[in-house]
Amino acid sequence: MTLTPELRALKEEIETHARAYGLDFFETHFEMIDFEDMNEIAAYGGFPIRYPHWRHGMVFEQHAKGYAYGLQKIFELVINNDPCYAYLMRANSTLDQKMVMAHVYGHSDFFKTNLWFGTTNRRMIDQMANHGVRVRRHIERVGLETVETFIDRCLSVENLIDLHHPYVVARAAPHATDPARAAVDPPPVPRPGAKDYMDRYLNPPELLAKERARRRAETTREPRCPAAPTRDVLGFLLEHAPLKDWQRDLLGIVRAEALYFAPQAMTRIMNEGWASYWHSTLMTEKMLRDDELIDYAETHAATMGVQPGQLNPYKLGLELWRDIEDRWDRGRHGPDYERCDDMERKRSWDTGARQGRTKIFEVRKVMHDVSFVDAFVTEEFAQKHHLFVYQKNPRSGRVEITSRDFRRIKEELLFRMTNLGNPIVEVMDMNHMNRGELYLVHRWEGRDLKFDEALETLLNLRALWKRPVHLETKEDGRGKLLSCDAERVEVQDILPTLSD
Amino acid sequence: MVQRIDMDHARFRQIVRGRIKKDLKRYITQGELIGRRGRDAVRIPLPQIHLPRFRFGTNEPGGVGQGEGADGTPVAADPGAGAGRAGELEGEHVLEVEVTLAELAQILGEELALPRIEKKGKRELRTAAERYAGIARVGPEGLRHFKRTYRRALRRQLAMGTYDPDNPVVVPYRDDKRYKSWTRKEAPESSAAILYMMDVSGSMGSEQKEIVRLEAFWIDTWLRSQYRNLDVRYIVHDAAAKEVDPETFYHLRESGGTKISSAYALCARMIDEHYPPSEWNIYPFHFSDGDNWSGKDTERCVELLRDRILPRVNQFGYGQVKSAYGTGQFKGDLDAALGQEPKVVTSDIPDRDAILESIRTFLGKGR
Repeated sequence: MTLTPELRALKEEIETHARAYGLDFFETHFEMIDFEDMNEIAAYGGFPIRYPHWRHGMVFEQHAKGYAYGLQKIFELVINNDPCYAYLMRANSTLDQKMVMAHVYGHSDFFKTNLWFGTTNRRMIDQMANHGVRVRRHIERVGLETVETFIDRCLSVENLIDLHHPYVVARAAPHATDPARAAVDPPPVPRPGAKDYMDRYLNPPELLAKERARRRAETTREPRCPAAPTRDVLGFLLEHAPLKDWQRDLLGIVRAEALYFAPQAMTRIMNEGWASYWHSTLMTEKMLRDDELIDYAETHAATMGVQPGQLNPYKLGLELWRDIEDRWDRGRHGPDYERCDDMERKRSWDTGARQGRTKIFEVRKVMHDVSFVDAFVTEEFAQKHHLFVYQKNPRSGRVEITSRDFRRIKEELLFRMTNLGNPIVEVMDMNHMNRGELYLVHRWEGRDLKFDEALETLLNLRALWKRPVHLETKEDGRGKLLSCDAERVEVQDILPTLSD
Repeated sequence: MVQRIDMDHARFRQIVRGRIKKDLKRYITQGELIGRRGRDAVRIPLPQIHLPRFRFGTNEPGGVGQGEGADGTPVAADPGAGAGRAGELEGEHVLEVEVTLAELAQILGEELALPRIEKKGKRELRTAAERYAGIARVGPEGLRHFKRTYRRALRRQLAMGTYDPDNPVVVPYRDDKRYKSWTRKEAPESSAAILYMMDVSGSMGSEQKEIVRLEAFWIDTWLRSQYRNLDVRYIVHDAAAKEVDPETFYHLRESGGTKISSAYALCARMIDEHYPPSEWNIYPFHFSDGDNWSGKDTERCVELLRDRILPRVNQFGYGQVKSAYGTGQFKGDLDAALGQEPKVVTSDIPDRDAILESIRTFLGKGR
C-alpha cells in the first residue's frame, strides 16, 4: 500500500531537507505493510519475490517468533536498487515513520555513492524475480528434491567468493595453443662436455632427440590452472566444474546473489552509522516537533543500545562518523596534533578548519568497514567508548574482558572484519597430481578451521567438482591436508607447500 | 505482488520435524528444563539448520565489546550467545526464545498429537481471572505505572519550561499519573489432582528415579495446560507407604521389600478425604520396577484399584521402569487382571528414549 497523505507530505519534506544537506540518493519509494508482510519480506532479504528455498522459511520463523515473543522488531528494511525501496510497518507511530524515512535516505545515499556498491546490479528486484522464475522452471523439470539438494550444496560454499571481485582485473589464463607460447623454443638440452671422439657415446643422438621432445612437451603442456591462486572459488567452479546446464545456472544464481549482498556486509558499520547520523541530524535539526522529543529520544536510544560485550554497528558507526566530523572540524588530526603531548592543549585544540562535513562525505564514498575502522578508530576513540577485547577464560569457562590495550582491540576488530570473518580459501590447482583433482589452500593466519564442518563442506565441493577435492590448512601451526573422495574423507599431516 | 512465505516455511518445518522429534526427545531426556521451572519459563532454542561451511573453529578468541569493567569481568550472561559474536560482525547467530510452560505444553501436545482432555466437573461454575492489559488515568497508587507517569511528567515540564537539566527533578502532577488497568476473563472452573506413587525399594536406582522425574515433569506440564487448578501429591512406598514432599519423592532411597498395595490403599484414602470425584479430575500415576512382595499382594492391589480407585478417577497410569533387579512382573499381572478396563493405562519405560512414547501412551487418550 502506498503512503497516507500525511506521510507523503512528511516524505517530501524529509527529502527536501536531505537534498539540502547534500545527500545524493536514488529515487526512494516507501511501502506501508503490516508486521506479517514485514517478516515475510525480511525473510526474502527485502525482495518481494525470490527463488523458493527452505532457508527463507527458516529466517521467517526467526523473525516471526522474535516478533511474537517481543524480542525483536524489524526497525527498517531497505533494498539497494534504483529506485530504492523501503518498507514501513503500518502499526508504527508517525514519529517512528518519520525517523525510519530519514534513516532510509541515509542508506539510499550510501548505496548510490559508495564505491563498493558501484558494480552491484541496480535492477536487483527484477533480477531476483528472474532468478525465481528460473529456479521454479528447473524444479518443474528435474524435481524439487534434486534442485533443493543442489542449492544446499551451493549455499554451503556461498562464502567462497572474492569480495574485491569487481575491482580485480580478470587475467586470461595463458593457453597451450596460444601461438605466442608455441613459438617459444624449449630450453636447449645441456650436453656434458667431452672430447669429440667420446661425444657420440656420452650424448647418443637418440637420447638427445628424446630429451628434446620431452622438453618441448613440457613447455607446451597445459599450464597450471588457475595461473594464480583465486579466491573466487564459485566463479572458478562455474567455469571449470563438469556441471549440467541447470546446475550451472543455479550455481550462477547463488554466486550472483552472494556478490550482490557482499557490499552490504562489507560496509555494515559505515552504512548503518551513516544512516543513523542522518536520521539523527534530520530529526533533531529539522523534523522533530517539540512534543515528540521524548518519544524520539527513547526510540533513538533503543536502536543505539549496546548489549554488554557486544558491538552495535549502528552505535559504533554513528560515533565514528561524529568523531571524524569533530576531528576535521577542529583540525584534530595530522602530525602536529599527533606530536602534541600537552593533554590540555589537545583537548581544546581547534584550528577552525571546519572541514568535518566535507570529510565525512568524502569518506563515505571510498571506504569500506575494514579501511574505515583502520583509519578512524583511534586510541582516544577506543578509550572514550570503552572498547575492550574479550575472550573465553579456559579456567573459569566464562567469557571475560581480557584487555583494553588499543593495539589488541584494533587487531581483533580488523581480524573479525577481514573477509567478513570468513577464512580465506583459494583454488590453487584444478589438476592436482595430474589427476584432475581440485586443490584448495586455506591461508592460515593463526586460527584453525572447524575441521568437522570443513570436511562436510569438502564433501559438498566434491559433489560439484565430481573428482577428489583437497584442502590444505594448518592446525596449531602444523600442516594438514583434508581430502575428500566420494563418501570418504581423510586428514593427513603434511609439510605446508606455502611459506607464510 | 508479494510472494507468500508459506511454502518455504512449511518445507523448513518438514525438514525440522524429521529432526525436531529427536530434538524434543533430547529435551525430555536431558532433564535440563526442570531446574528453570521456578521462573516459570524455560529456554528452548529456535530450530535452525546450519549448512556446513568453512569457518573458524574453537581456538578462536572472543571479540571486541563495549562497556565498563576491569579485566576479568565476565561480559555476557550467557557465554554461548555472547562468544564469537562481536556485534553481528559474524553471520552466525542463534536466537533463543523464552518459552512459557504453557507454550511448551502446546509444543508437546502438537508433537505427540495429544488430544484435549474431556473434563468432568462443575461445568456451570465459572471462575474469573484478572490480567493487566492496559493503562488507565485513574487507579490505586500501588498500580501506578512508573515509566509512563515519568514520561508524562517530563513532557509536561519540558512544555512548561520548568525542567532544569542541571537539576533534573521531575515531579508528577495528578494529571500525569498513569495506572495499570486490568480486564477480567471468565473460564469454566476445573480442577485436577495428580497423585504420584513411586516404589523406592532398594531396586530403584537413581537412573530409574530420573526417568520418573522427567516423565512426571512432562505430565505436569501437559495437565497444567489443561486445568486451572492442579494439585500434586506424592506418595512413596516400599513395604509401607507415606506421603512426602516432592524433594523427598525424587531423592529418597529406602531399602527393603515392596508392598504395592500399601501405596494404593493410601492413594484411595487420600481421594476419599480430599478429592470428591464430582469436583476433581483425578490422575493417579504409579511408577515401579515391577517387583512386588507376593502374588497375594498383587491380588490385593487389583482389588483396591477395581473397587476404590478406578470408579473415582479419570485415568490410572502405571509406568514400569527397567531396573537391574526387577522382574517386571507387575505390569503383566495388571494387564491380565484389568486389561479390559479403559481407565487403566500401562506403559513400559526401558530407558530415557522411551519417555516420549510412554507420555503418548498415558496422555494420548484425552481422558
